[in-house]
Parts: sequence; C-alpha cells; structure tokens
Amino acid sequence: MSDSLYYVLSAVLAVGVLYGIRLMSDVKTAARGNRFSALCMLLAIALTMARTDLRGSIAYIILGLLVGILLSVWMTVKVRMIQMPQMVGLLNGLGGLASAIAAVMTLALGAAKGGFEVVSSGLALAVGALTFSGSLVAAAKLHGLMPPKPRVLPGHSLFSALSALAMAALVVLLPLFPASAALLSLPLALLGLAFGWLFAVRVGGADMPITISLLNSTSGVAAAIAGMALGDVLLVAVGGIVGASGLLLTQIMCRAMNRSLAGVLFGRAAGPSAAPEAEPVPAEGDKPAEAPAGATLEDAKAWLEDAKSVVIIPGYGMALSQAQERVKRLQDALSAKGKGVRYAIHPVAGRMPGHMNVLLAEADVPYESLLEMDEVNPDFPDTDLALVVGANDVVNPAANTAQGTPIYGMPILEAGKAKHLVICNFDDKPGYAGVPNPLYQPRPNVLLLLGDAKDSLDKLLERV
Amino acid sequence: MSREVILVLVFLAATLLGYRLIHAVPSLLHTPLMSGMNALSGITLLGMLAVTALAGGVIGRVAGAVGIVAATINVVSGFGVTDRMLKMFRGRGQDGEGQG
Repeated sequence: MSDSLYYVLSAVLAVGVLYGIRLMSDVKTAARGNRFSALCMLLAIALTMARTDLRGSIAYIILGLLVGILLSVWMTVKVRMIQMPQMVGLLNGLGGLASAIAAVMTLALGAAKGGFEVVSSGLALAVGALTFSGSLVAAAKLHGLMPPKPRVLPGHSLFSALSALAMAALVVLLPLFPASAALLSLPLALLGLAFGWLFAVRVGGADMPITISLLNSTSGVAAAIAGMALGDVLLVAVGGIVGASGLLLTQIMCRAMNRSLAGVLFGRAAGPSAAPEAEPVPAEGDKPAEAPAGATLEDAKAWLEDAKSVVIIPGYGMALSQAQERVKRLQDALSAKGKGVRYAIHPVAGRMPGHMNVLLAEADVPYESLLEMDEVNPDFPDTDLALVVGANDVVNPAANTAQGTPIYGMPILEAGKAKHLVICNFDDKPGYAGVPNPLYQPRPNVLLLLGDAKDSLDKLLERV
Repeated sequence: MSREVILVLVFLAATLLGYRLIHAVPSLLHTPLMSGMNALSGITLLGMLAVTALAGGVIGRVAGAVGIVAATINVVSGFGVTDRMLKMFRGRGQDGEGQG
C-alpha cells in the first residue's frame, strides 16, 4: 500500500469517527453514532494489520486480540449501571497502560529515530503511566477496594511537583543519551506511576467526576503522543479527539463545582476537613431519627394530593440505595393522577458526568423528563413539590451565602424555592463538602425523611 | 512540510474539531460519551500492533501481547457498554429496544 493511499484512508476514517461523535449530539441518533465510530475503528485496525509486516509476532498478536475480546465480552455483559464510574475509570487506566507499553517498546526497539520521536515516546510513557496508576486508584476507590476518603500525605504537593519535574528532566535527557533510552524509561515509568498515585489518592467522593474526566482526557493524550512517536496519523487524530472530550468534560465539572482545575490538580481538595469552624447555620446536635418538628408524613400526603407539578432531584444517595426503581414507581403513580413529574439533574450529581441520567434511563424514565440545571432552576418557585432523593450539596443554599466554605459559589438546584419540599436522605449530616444544609432546619413546608431512600419512598408511595 | 509539523497540525485540528463537536453532546449523554471515548482511546491498539510486529525477542512480543490485550479491552468493551447504555435511553411512549 502506498503511503499516500494510507494517508487518504486514515483521513477518511478520522472524519468517520468525528461523524459518529456528531451523531451523539442527539439522543435519537446516538446509538447509531457509536456503532458508526466502532465500524471506523474496526476498519482502522484492519488497515493497520494489512499494511504492517506482522512477521513472527502474528501468534502473539492474535492471542492478545482474542484474550482482549473474551475479557471485554465478559466485562460488557457483567457490568452494572451503578458500576459505570469505576468501569470508565478502569478503561481510562488500560488505555494509559497500552500507550505506555507502546512508548517503551518504541524506545527499546530503537523505532524512534529522531529527537522528536524520542521525546514523544518519553512523554507518551509518562502520561500513559500516570493515567494508568491514577485511574486504578480512582477505580479502586469507586469500587470500595480502597477507602474513598481523600488521603493527604505530609509534603504531598511537594512530592507531586518533584515527580513532575523529574519526569520533565528525564524526557529532555532521553534524546541526549539515545543508547540508554530503554534504561532511562524505567525511572520515567516509575515516576509517572508515582505521580498518578499521588494525584488520585487525595481526591475522593464528590471530586471523582473531575478526576475521572481528567484521566479520560490524559488517556487520549497519551495515545496521541504515542502516535507522534510512531508517525501514525490516525492515532494522533483520534487520541486528540479523546483528549479534547475529556478536557471539555473536566471544564464542565469544574464549573459546576466552582473549582479551578489547578485547585484539583495541586491540592486544595475540598475534603470534609476543609469545613470551617464558624458556621452561619446552627447545626442541631441530636435529633429524633424521624420527621423532626416541621412537616409530617400526613402533610406530605396532602402535598402529594394537591401538587400539580413535582420535581425530583436525585443524587448519589439514590444510586447507593438503588432507589431508582422506586423513584420511577412514584413518578408513574403521580403521573397516573395527571401530575407533571420531572427530574432536575445537577451536572456533578453522582460520581461521574451523566451518572444519574444513565441510572434513571435504566429504570425506564423517559429522557424528556430529565432536565439540566439551567432549564429547571427558573421553574422551582412555581413547583408545588420538590423531592430530594439522596442529594445534599447540590441543593444546599449555603453555597450562595456561606463564604469560605468549599461549596461557596457552586451553582445549585434551587429546590428550597419550591412550595413544598420532601428530603429523603440517609442522615441529616452535612454532605461530602462538610457544610451543614439549612434546608434541614424544621420548617412547616419541609419534610425530612431519614434512612434508606427505598424505605422513605415506600412511605410516600403509600400516601399517593 | 516535515512529518513532525504535519503530526502536530493533525493533533491540533483533531483536538479543536473534537472539542466543537463534543460541545454539542447533551449532558444527558455524558456517561456514554465518556465510555465511547474509552473505546476511541483504544486506538492505541494501532500503535501496539506496529511495535509488536517490530519486536524480535520473546520479551518484546509478550509485552506487546499484554498491551494488545489492554487496548482491545478498551475498544471492545468501550463500544459495548456505550451501546448498552444508549439503548436504555428511551423517549416517552417508546417501548422495547432502543431506536439505535
């Protein structure tokens, strides 16, 4: 195959992938877009195998492909929707690993001819390695294999900065010592792994969407840089697309939490420890377990009876309690009585971008009912009943007032403006950000149902 | 133009185009978008195939096979779970399998 034919075919396939992504901008054509991208990928693999002299490695290549396909089929069938954040985390990591291995082999086999290729290989190795270790830590935290709380070591930021500097130094040194490139790649890989680990151990809980999005981006960047080392246009183009996507999602997540990317990367983790001592809102110490002063379940019955418009606000607590089926049942029961039921989805609700939408789609909630924050917020003052299911920080009005707290300035769903409010949360402790929620204070139009969201929803279902 | 310049330009063009197209994806679909991107980052499989073909010794070929397994998992299960998720998104009054 001539080089020019290869470049033309590569360009066609890259455009095909972009077209597939374009189809994803509409929920009606998204599945077709995904399949179209998959077809382009299959053709790209076939194209590469056709033009490469596979020589004696063919048995290893076929074995690798077969094992990979078998494991994939098993994972694809087994994974549950609630596990999607750790699944994406794991796949981020495997993408980084593959790019890192490709980079090491490029160096070790002397395939990187000039300085540009050698530096690219070094960079791809570093980015791939940090994506791999960072993603494994993130996935382990999400899967409960590691404590989910942020862990900050003494001198954490210093070590992060030092390993980043050392990586940069090694990448620059690589082309100066071409003979020992393979040898230098070992400390480079270790530094990358250390940096990724340091990055991911100090994020947890509500910061996970940012972390997962960022590692999604770096897995693409690693592939693109590996492509530069190998002179493979398709790798560069598609890796670049993935890098852009992850970066865009990271920006969206940061904006939705009013955090700067640098703040997430280099410390200032908004962990519970960051909660200030002086609180504008007095937090009650001990309360009866159920329905404190304020509204009662019988009030809620009347609210459900009279309500014309209901907005449900799901959070990670709904996912934890697997209450989405109950939520759908409540929606059906209310809809059957002619009430309008919609959902308000905060961009960072859950543990990854779009997490709530997938869980509710699985429970057969039609996507027209799922509204974004900006769409739904103006409607809250006219909403008869807002129902919070396992969400806390994303509805906390303290975000507007409590200066100096981790959530200050974060845009929230203004559930507190609805005429009546029912909160089904596990307990009345502050959310992940550690800022007490003024909505929990007893008021006649607010009902607080503590405990497992499933049980709380059952209590409401009985009263519809 | 040298090869290096072309590669860097391709990277910039793909990044900018991708950024614009992905901006249009509604937040409703951000989870399938991410798993779809997992599949695309498996494009590094092309690189793995190329370097594994170059490897002469057993160590290199085994390392190559490991990288191929990792990249293949990304490609196949990335597209697989994305398809599974997208089929779940149904509009009002739509029953049965998604509209693919």
